[in-house]
Amino acid sequence: MSLEPRLRIVHKWRWCFLLVVCAVTAICVLVLGNAHASRVVRPVDQHGDRTKAIEAFTMAYSVFMHPRCVNCHPAGNEPLRGEDSKPHEGLRLRRGIDGEGVSPLKCTNCHQSENQPDHHLPPGAPRVRRDGSLDFTTPRWHLPAANTPMIFQGRTPAQLCRQLTDPKQNGGLTADQLVHHVSSDPLVLWGWKPGEGRATPPLTHDQFVTSVREWLANGGACPN
Amino acid sequence: MKSVAFNLNGSPVTIDVEPEKPLLWVLRDDLGLTGTKYGCGMAICGCCTVHLEGDAIRSCVTPMSRIEGKHVRTIEGLSSDLSHPVQRAWMDLQVPQCGYCQPGQMMSAACLLVQNPNPTDNDITDAMSGNLCRCGTYQRVRKAIHHAAEIAANKGARA
Repeated sequence: MSLEPRLRIVHKWRWCFLLVVCAVTAICVLVLGNAHASRVVRPVDQHGDRTKAIEAFTMAYSVFMHPRCVNCHPAGNEPLRGEDSKPHEGLRLRRGIDGEGVSPLKCTNCHQSENQPDHHLPPGAPRVRRDGSLDFTTPRWHLPAANTPMIFQGRTPAQLCRQLTDPKQNGGLTADQLVHHVSSDPLVLWGWKPGEGRATPPLTHDQFVTSVREWLANGGACPN
Repeated sequence: MKSVAFNLNGSPVTIDVEPEKPLLWVLRDDLGLTGTKYGCGMAICGCCTVHLEGDAIRSCVTPMSRIEGKHVRTIEGLSSDLSHPVQRAWMDLQVPQCGYCQPGQMMSAACLLVQNPNPTDNDITDAMSGNLCRCGTYQRVRKAIHHAAEIAANKGARA
């Protein structure tokens, strides 16, 4: 065999090898991508019951849109207050990069780790330690961070549902993390113990968590 | 009662106190530092502003349980010789009228200037919106903060 045909064969095998490498890479990307997708909240899962999911989300939506939730999930960059979700009168409060406000008006400059004993005084919630216990010596009161503002105010059910299930908007929140947030975050729990003069959401906390779980367990489908 | 240890204006302090007692009353009644004033008692007016770990907190609603092991600075701790840029600016421009709210104004201003050494008018309006003044000294407060920023910048340049 002359040198030229031999080179042609080597060239041909090199292309085959490259094709195999590309195919394997594509399969890996697809498998890993799906594995990641299964960990994040997804809007539609063909294995779930779409009707049940939407019913459950609609129940939970009534809580998401209550002032106890909306006031810390505002459309703008300042927190809201009261049953009519108005800005803090007089104070020019800002979200800040981390959602904790901007000095010298950070949220925890006034809000403590517990409610104060009067409805004209700032309410409060404790920080969670790394071991999951509550630290009543350190307050935690904030909006979502600026890069994932998680706006509830003014959102329709479809808009809010899509936002909650979009990893780009929810900061990569997994279904488990979302359930954890609504079931055990002190700021969420505070909504059901908001202190004197403040209304609680229309569902009990258990009903709310059950709705969120059902919505996600049935695929996290969103209303049209 | 609980023994609460903290750092006050650079010195260690330990005091037996109810954990829920507001810092304001410990400062004024137990420790005799009356520069920090009682205004509304509801975290609204800003008269009682002091620094906790550098943040401008409302001492009237801050329980002592939150103070344990932390650094607190009051108006008395800005400087021992009135040399703090905020103190100098306030004196240069004669900011106070009745003066009651001014310790709180000055502590907020000092906190602002640490975070933002060269604030705009808008930055000042935002930052100082939590400090009320019944005498209406707001314009002088604004000028004084700009002046304090200049003093601090010149001091930094000399150092």
